[in-house]
Parts: sequence; C-alpha cells; structure tokens
Amino acid sequence: MKITVAGTEKQVADGITVAQLIEDEKVETPQYVTVTVNDEFVESGKFAETVIHEGDSIEFLYFMGGGSNGSDK
Amino acid sequence: MITLHAADYEKMLAHARAEAPVEACGLIGGTKDGADKHIEFVYLLTNTDHAEEHFTLDPKEQLAAVKDMRAHGWVPLGNWHSHPVSPSRPSEEDKRLAFDSSASYLILSLMDAEPVLNSFHVENMQAEKEQLVILNHTEETP
Repeated sequence: MKITVAGTEKQVADGITVAQLIEDEKVETPQYVTVTVNDEFVESGKFAETVIHEGDSIEFLYFMGGGSNGSDK
Repeated sequence: MITLHAADYEKMLAHARAEAPVEACGLIGGTKDGADKHIEFVYLLTNTDHAEEHFTLDPKEQLAAVKDMRAHGWVPLGNWHSHPVSPSRPSEEDKRLAFDSSASYLILSLMDAEPVLNSFHVENMQAEKEQLVILNHTEETP
C-alpha cells in the first residue's frame, strides 16, 4: 500500500504498524521521536499497536528542547 | 557554513527580548548546498516549559512549521533558542537533548548589552561551533 512519510510517497507492507515503520525508516534515537498519523499525535506507548492504513500521512518529529540550565554564567 | 538574513536575525532577537527572562525558541528552515546551509525563514515557536532555564518546542507548532517549510521547498535545518543570562554556547542540557546530529543549533545570548548568536553542530555530547554568516539586505546568498 502507499503512504506518505515526511512528505514523500512510499510503498509499505499492508498492516504495518508505527513501530515497524520507525524501524524500516531507520529513525535515529526513536525514543525521542514524536509521530503523527494524519496530523494526530500517536502516544509513544501505542506505536506497536497503531496500524497504518493506505493513504495515511506520517511525520516523525524529533523532541526539541534544552536550556541554559547548567551553563556557566 | 550557515547563513542567516539580517531581517531574520532581527526577528529572532526581538522575540527573544520580548520573551526574556523566559527562554525563547523556534525552528530554522531553508536550503542545503553541500555542507552549507542557508536559512530562509526563522520560526518563532512557543516554549511550552515557559521557563527561564529550559525550553521545549510546542510539538503542534513544530508540525505546522515543518509542513510550511515543505510547502516552500525548504527543509528543516535545526532550531534556535535564547540564553537570557548565560553565554552563547550549549549547556550540558542542550548537548544531552540534541538528538538530531544533522541539525544546527543556534543559541542567542542576551547576557551582555550586545547580543551574541552562534551556531553549533552537536553529536555525541560534543559541540562544535559552525561558521555563521549574517547577510545584510543587499548581500546575495553566497
């Protein structure tokens, strides 16, 4: 089936889950990646059970944060 | 090398000053030319921590910004945040939370009267300063 990953159309196996897609796409540090399916955020605890369907649009977003805590002032 | 238009620098600076003492943050989008990056737009995002020593980008705004970049033919180049009262270099927390080794991490310090902006490549807890060029209105992208 065809899906869109980060704006690019891809062919993937029917019934693939978010967790499998993360593995197939070789996403770095997946524990810090947020996933959306058709603009809906998927809870990280549900990656393995969330099935992707034909035509779905997937985005991987890295957690982005930090701060001056620990800087020498 | 990474380039930034002067107007985008001014926008970033104005936002950081308005948000201080809370840390301001956002994304940078643009184009890549080999190892060079050219910032075409600076996105001002909400710091969901609303803290003076921490920032987290709002994921919904992050998603909207990434889609906007794609619509303009740009790619995500990294992020930026302010250090209201500390130097323009990554803290231990910045390095620990820099998960994307392909990203540039811009840090704008407001510690002194004259603001300081630097860009860093961070990988395996090691930060390396990148050459940052701020382009005046009349200058073309190199």
